[in-house]
Amino acid sequence: MASREKDEISGIETTGHEWDGIKELNNPLPRWWLWTFYGCIAFALGYMIAYPAWPLVSGATPGLLGYSSRAEFVKEVDSAVSAQAAQREMVKTLPLEEIRNNADLLQFAVAGGRAAFRVNCIQCHGSGAAGGKGYPNLNDDDWLWGGTLEQIHTTLQHGIRYLADPDTRQSPMPAFGADEILTPEQINDVAEHVLSLSAQPFDAAAASRGSTVFAENCVACHGAAGEGLREFGGPRLSDPIALYAADKAAIVAQVTRPRHGVMPAWNTRLDEVTIKQLAIYVHSLGGGEMPVP
Amino acid sequence: MVELINTVETIDAVPHNSAARRVLYAARVKIHPKRASGYFRNLKWLVMAVTLGIYYLTPWLRWDRGAHAPDQAVLVDLAHRRFYFFFIEIWPQEFYYVAGLLIMAGIGLFLVTSTIGRAWCGYTCPQTVWTDLFLVVERWIEGDRNARIKLDAAPWSVGKAWKRLIKNILWLLIAVATGGAWIFYFADAPTLARQFVTFEAPAVAYFTVAVLTATTFVLAGYLREQVCTYMCPWPRIQAAMLDEDSLVVTYNDWRGEPRSRHKKKLQAAGETAGDCVDCNACVAVCPAGIDIRDGQQLECITCALCIDACDGVMEKVGLPKGLISYSTLKTYDAHKAGGLAVIGWRAFLRPRTFVYSAIWLAVGLAMFYSLLHRERLEVNVLNDRNPIYVRLSDGSIRNGFTVKILNMEQRPRSFVVSAEGLPGSSMTMTGGDGAPLREFTIEVEADKLRAIKVYVAVPPLLLEGEQVPFEFKVVEQASQTTAETRSIPAIFHAPPKETQP
Repeated sequence: MASREKDEISGIETTGHEWDGIKELNNPLPRWWLWTFYGCIAFALGYMIAYPAWPLVSGATPGLLGYSSRAEFVKEVDSAVSAQAAQREMVKTLPLEEIRNNADLLQFAVAGGRAAFRVNCIQCHGSGAAGGKGYPNLNDDDWLWGGTLEQIHTTLQHGIRYLADPDTRQSPMPAFGADEILTPEQINDVAEHVLSLSAQPFDAAAASRGSTVFAENCVACHGAAGEGLREFGGPRLSDPIALYAADKAAIVAQVTRPRHGVMPAWNTRLDEVTIKQLAIYVHSLGGGEMPVP
Repeated sequence: MVELINTVETIDAVPHNSAARRVLYAARVKIHPKRASGYFRNLKWLVMAVTLGIYYLTPWLRWDRGAHAPDQAVLVDLAHRRFYFFFIEIWPQEFYYVAGLLIMAGIGLFLVTSTIGRAWCGYTCPQTVWTDLFLVVERWIEGDRNARIKLDAAPWSVGKAWKRLIKNILWLLIAVATGGAWIFYFADAPTLARQFVTFEAPAVAYFTVAVLTATTFVLAGYLREQVCTYMCPWPRIQAAMLDEDSLVVTYNDWRGEPRSRHKKKLQAAGETAGDCVDCNACVAVCPAGIDIRDGQQLECITCALCIDACDGVMEKVGLPKGLISYSTLKTYDAHKAGGLAVIGWRAFLRPRTFVYSAIWLAVGLAMFYSLLHRERLEVNVLNDRNPIYVRLSDGSIRNGFTVKILNMEQRPRSFVVSAEGLPGSSMTMTGGDGAPLREFTIEVEADKLRAIKVYVAVPPLLLEGEQVPFEFKVVEQASQTTAETRSIPAIFHAPPKETQP
């Protein structure tokens, strides 16, 4: 066990501990260290009184200063929001086109829109807004309902096939196969015709028969040359971009039993400023169109 | 001549801080340096005036940079991430200039130490300069060495308390001025000074001043030589820097020993006596609390005040000056061996001083050259990664790029941006009218970065592969011949051929 003894060389008592023949001298602590240590104890006592410290059943002792990191956070968010107040007010009142033409406001709106997009939109449209099968790519210049700022804004506000909103965009395509409007042969022919419209390899005879079917059933919404009709949300068939897929099987499937994607109306979920920011952000992704003068 | 010795007062001074006397676990004995006068004391006054003058006055110097930049000559603008030094402006990515300056300072310190010893410690180190300044105040209020020792020993009285109070208040004022000057390097000095006294300055300014006031007050007023002996790493490194040709403050014991206070008696008795009269003047003036006659010591900051003190005594006793002097180990050894040696300029021409000078000069010249030729236009291009490419309805492939243009000049400039090496390509820019262009012009404000989103589209038939290298060319629009141009390589990504319709 520990035996204290006096070290011969230094004349200082040892602590009595020994490790493999090495003994520790019982030197005093450096004073600066000792006073720092006492100072820390004093600080800790003051800290426990001033700040939240002791855990209780439903929370911690609040401390005399009433500090709370959560309240601090709320305060910082509030101050950040109020710092943006002037710009938010301008985004709220100015027409979209004017916001876009003001470099500072455009930057503010795109930044805000990007943040809102990440929270609300990437679930369907993807983090890069490139979409996926059944979810439109927002980067390209192919718009189902129009790509001007106003048109994007309307789509955002009222959604697509979102029945809770009376102004929602509607474009039901009949189930030509499932409802037996067309026979499977006719569907096959019209699919060959659609292939020809988008410059893909096709069977000329079938396509020629299909053109008649197309003219009788499809042109009202998709246009005579498959150029689409945005007023009705009729997709353009004459380009290489397809919402689902461009191959024949996908076309046959869509004509037989069409699928209809739904987008919610955001005016009940997001505030006006955020919706406008989103419209400007989506418009800035590269496919945005200018209003027809 | 010999009888004059008696006119020299012997001082009862003890080198409390010498390694032999120091006890680690006892309270420090306060050192009361006596006022010295002479050549090196005057040199130190001059150095103190110059260094303190530079420190306190620099932030108030003005330097006109035009309407787009602050007019403070030396300014570390942390908020806007710029560093201004007279005609030089440094952006954060050019921080290597500061690194270069630090390398030069380090090598410079090596060079100085290897030639003239610890001149930095003895003359220009802030710890030395401010301690000297605080000692001036102490001497003014409490008197010179003897009076101070007496005052320390005296019991507390109104007079003693009053003197201590005045001394500490004056120290505190100097300390506040020291901490106060520091913050002016980080903001417009006149504005910040006004804000500071009207309590409108940012909290960090008050905090910084408080910390630096505390360190100045404690380090220069109370810790003093302990900073050099215990806290500073430099005394421990310098041993590697000094060699037998470096100047060090030396007690020439070949001349001084055997020291004696009774030289006359000794000589009368036919014994030999050295020049040292053992008056302890060198110990009394030493701010580090050592006896230089013990030889080279880590505690010695080579302030050379003992040389002044000893020279004064030697003059009185009619002996040649230089019993304590700047000397090199080589000269010292030569003298000791009985020879004669003079420190010549050749002592400075050694391989190590050449190497240090060469490195110092090389770094300096490299920085100077790059400063003269540095670019004031920087362009960065970032490819969009998500999505990598977009197929358009006419079959073209489009890539998105963020082009960042840094205009590092103090004037607005406009640049023409174009894509070179992509046949048939067209560009659109966010914020534009959407019309495809071959090139476009953008304005960048003075001393600002502007990031623009550029979309480049290429018709499918003109695409040469999945990854086509090309260049963004940014040309300054200027009538001058000095218009800057940058070509930044970029890659155009396209889908594999077989998936293209």
